[in-house]
Amino acid sequence: MNTELEIKKQNTSRILLKILTYTFLTIMAIVIIIPFYWMVITSLKSATEVELFPPTLFPKEFVFYNYIEALERANLIRYFINTMIVSISSTILGTFFSIFMAYALSRLNFKGRELIFTLLLATMMIPGEMMVITNYITVSNFGWVDAGQGSRVANGPYYAMIVPFLISIFHVYLLRQTFKQVPNELYYAAKVDGTSDWKYLWRVMVPLAKPSIITIIILKLMGAWNSYVWPNLVASENYRLITNGLRAAFSNSDTGRTEFHLQMAATVMVTLPLLIVFIIFRKYIMRGVSRSGIKG
Amino acid sequence: MLEKKKDYHAWLYLIIPLVLLSIFTFFPLIKTIIISFDNGYNKWQDAFSFRFSFDSYIAIFQYPPFLQTLKNTLLIVFISVPLSTVLALLIAVGLNSIKPFQKVFQTVFFLPYVTNSIAIGMVFAVLFNLHTGLVNGVLEIFGIDKINWINRNDGFFQGSYFRKMFVLQAYILWDALAFKILVFIGGLQNISKQYYDAAKIDSTPKKRVLMRITVPLLSPLIAYIMITSFIGAFKTYDSVVGIFGNNWEMTKDIQTVVGFVYQMLRADSINSYSYGAAAAVVLFLIILLFTGINLWVSKKRVHY
Repeated sequence: MNTELEIKKQNTSRILLKILTYTFLTIMAIVIIIPFYWMVITSLKSATEVELFPPTLFPKEFVFYNYIEALERANLIRYFINTMIVSISSTILGTFFSIFMAYALSRLNFKGRELIFTLLLATMMIPGEMMVITNYITVSNFGWVDAGQGSRVANGPYYAMIVPFLISIFHVYLLRQTFKQVPNELYYAAKVDGTSDWKYLWRVMVPLAKPSIITIIILKLMGAWNSYVWPNLVASENYRLITNGLRAAFSNSDTGRTEFHLQMAATVMVTLPLLIVFIIFRKYIMRGVSRSGIKG
Repeated sequence: MLEKKKDYHAWLYLIIPLVLLSIFTFFPLIKTIIISFDNGYNKWQDAFSFRFSFDSYIAIFQYPPFLQTLKNTLLIVFISVPLSTVLALLIAVGLNSIKPFQKVFQTVFFLPYVTNSIAIGMVFAVLFNLHTGLVNGVLEIFGIDKINWINRNDGFFQGSYFRKMFVLQAYILWDALAFKILVFIGGLQNISKQYYDAAKIDSTPKKRVLMRITVPLLSPLIAYIMITSFIGAFKTYDSVVGIFGNNWEMTKDIQTVVGFVYQMLRADSINSYSYGAAAAVVLFLIILLFTGINLWVSKKRVHY
């Protein structure tokens, strides 16, 4: 009798806990979603509807033209092309260099290997802001900076945005750890068969480390897509990246107020590509992220 | 033997990456430190004066805008990091205890991570807008007058420091949850079921299970999260620009130390780089200190 009552009590408290958990999670999920929702619906409102107060929770009519107007106003197509140039070239080159470096540090034996690795580990902790001032001076000296009057070197801002960040120490570290897990026996077997180090890297190591390499590629792409501060410093007008275009003025020439419907349309266009990449490569991104702790 | 004879071979793989790292990572570190001690460094001619002193450090610590950015940064670190860690832990535990919709929730909670800090910061600015924002719209339902959260001098309203900081913290919190939840879920799934089964047999209350099993077993992860989040929070900058824009004069009361460093890069005065470099070194030292403290505390407290 008593135990039955006890079990019943436990059951109700368990159900109560379930309800509480779901309520809590749902509230939090809504909080996470609201900005996305607001961004999309604001981008579809008409110029008069955005000015309403209290704001409408759903557009009365969908104004898709906002997107076209935003593209024209903020020169977004040009910025999009710039972003593609910078992110694709820095991803391809950076990934190759990371592979080379990780391979040398994990598989090949040479004097000074431990020293280099220790040096890398020590610098991994240091914030990038420590380098930014000197790097700015360096790229200026190289003639890569365009502060409004063009750069000394043709297409300099591209170099300035790509070259300094090609090697990410964290990515080298991540790859080295993966390469380390490949058993030595494979290497010796390949050596007996007369395979060169170069062939071994591409035929054995890289295919085995494919998941890590994909993770690195995605993290690099995300980083380039999201970078704001550095491009803002070294590039002007025609070399800006997409995030810089976002902060461009969407203000009405008559009233001086920000035209939120256009601004949000631009924001959607910047946010969407990454979300699509995320949906496709969810597994790799989540794995890479849980190991990195570095945003972008 | 087999590998030794090709010593030079390894350097072929390393030479380009090492050159790049030397130019853009190792060399800047040293040069930045030197610039920070050389108050007479001429930034236009890239020329050192070779008179080394602590002048730049003394100067920035007497410069109110820098102290303001330092204060803002510390506020962000000490409010957003503990809050988001606790909240993320609760969400992760909740997520781990449910079955239906688990994947859906997990995906939703991860979304902020793959977004652009500037872009969503701008969305927050729209949400908290004085005239047309959703937040003020909701407040009106409860009969509360429009609040000026972030708008600049607007008629007689002036967005107060407290309200701006509130919006900024809310955004950073929103932004920071994703990564932490992901890591915590990974950790929770690694905890052996045995502990929970044992607790079930003893019919241990859930709260006790959380505090006595889950949290202690997760403590290494919590320590790791705290360290990375402290470092990340000290480097906050994009979020501020996203919400408030990048005009220094209009945002300097809410800017962070990183914002100060970038402002010094853009400033006109001849030795502004020395101040920027000094601020960067201060930031680095603070991060180093916190990492040290964190490691020390976690060594003492983290155990199974």
